[in-house]
Amino acid sequence: MRVLIPSALQSYTQAAWVEAEGTTVGEVLADLDRQYPGIRFRMVDEQGAVRPHIRLFVNSAQVFRLDAPLAATDRLHIVQALSGG
Amino acid sequence: MANPNAGPQRLVLLVATRKGLWLLHDEGGRTAWRLDGPHFLGHIVHHAVLDPRDGHTLLVAARTGHLGPTILRSTDLGAHWQEAARPPAFGPAVNGLPARTVDHTFWLAPGHASQPGVWYAGTSPQGLFRSEDGGQTWAPWSSLNDDPDFRTWMGTVQDGTPDGPKLHSILVDPDDPQHIVLGMSGGGVHETRDGGHTFQTLIDGLDVVEGFEPGEPTFHDPHCLRQCPSRPTRLYQQNHCGIYRLDRPATRWERIGRAMPPEVGDVGFPLVVHPRDADVAWVFPMDGTDVWPRTSPGGRPAAYVTRDGGLSWSRQAAGFPAEQAWWTVKRQAMTADREATLGLYLGHSGGELWGSVDEGDHWQCLARHLPAIQAVEAVYAAV
Repeated sequence: MRVLIPSALQSYTQAAWVEAEGTTVGEVLADLDRQYPGIRFRMVDEQGAVRPHIRLFVNSAQVFRLDAPLAATDRLHIVQALSGG
Repeated sequence: MANPNAGPQRLVLLVATRKGLWLLHDEGGRTAWRLDGPHFLGHIVHHAVLDPRDGHTLLVAARTGHLGPTILRSTDLGAHWQEAARPPAFGPAVNGLPARTVDHTFWLAPGHASQPGVWYAGTSPQGLFRSEDGGQTWAPWSSLNDDPDFRTWMGTVQDGTPDGPKLHSILVDPDDPQHIVLGMSGGGVHETRDGGHTFQTLIDGLDVVEGFEPGEPTFHDPHCLRQCPSRPTRLYQQNHCGIYRLDRPATRWERIGRAMPPEVGDVGFPLVVHPRDADVAWVFPMDGTDVWPRTSPGGRPAAYVTRDGGLSWSRQAAGFPAEQAWWTVKRQAMTADREATLGLYLGHSGGELWGSVDEGDHWQCLARHLPAIQAVEAVYAAV
């Protein structure tokens, strides 16, 4: 499936859109990490929680759990909420 | 530190800022410098250290405000970078204690000379980590991270420094790789002599804020610990409550900051020791009165040097602004090179880097308009 990568993580992918496989959000993030080592830990902490400024959308609906199911035709948008100075 | 057995080397200053990393290359005799950067623009860089054992391996502790922490690695002085395959990260919950997540790596320390590839890292929240492959993979290390007593002493975000409690000043004894001293802000000073299996607390003689119990590690806040390379049994400490010296095997710290001018006081963040003379050390005092502005006392920046192990201190301010300069110099942001006439360097939160090539007698600005400087290291790169 197609995955939209936020600008802050494009240093890993060198592209805004990439392809990754999986039947859940967590599996897709794991596949991204296989392709782009280190990218998952920037988004998900060591206890399995999505980091505070990372938002995940399947098609247009926000999801909060890594076990959220995905269909092959879905698109995953990873969004970074910016704040601070 | 420079490796005396190594080949040709070049002095480089590693300047870690709140918005990226810069390298200042000595282009000859410390009279001409070349600024290289930014690397990782926008990343909060807490520390950058070059491995003195090989002169090549450069590790950088970085995060952004929106992404998790990582360690970046270069073996060609930043021409190419590679991210750690497994950055420092806590394990699952154990001992009935809450699970934790690393917010940022704060301190990097190369291991003992006899253990090439070994590095240590201190984090916030406070944790101790070790790499055995030159910083590519990291794992929690020692009994400290999940010890119930240490967890109590570490406190929480509400107890610690503004951006979180920090484990820092990881000092590997050059005479014994199993002996490591470290500082916890807050949580006190601790040492292991058996490679991290057990720890002993080293807080005897240290003052705490009035009204608190000095025997309780959680009330102690060592800002910066340094071990003298020329006499590893001697430790210096800049603490939240004064400047101290400890000569082992004694275990009681002596408050040498009492000899500082009373109007300046003995509060600060950094402390630098002379690499070849254990009686010589520098501090950079800050205002620790009232609401703790943490700026140069009176708006007049100055280093203070002792040449007699802390019995007396002399002011060194030539070249610094004489007034209205409200600098904050953090605990990692002052350092020394190893030249015959020692060079000193410091960076402040206003983004200026200053240096002295005559052991602090005269200072000049080496770079300005940088982001807030968090750490400065003078290193020797193999060429």
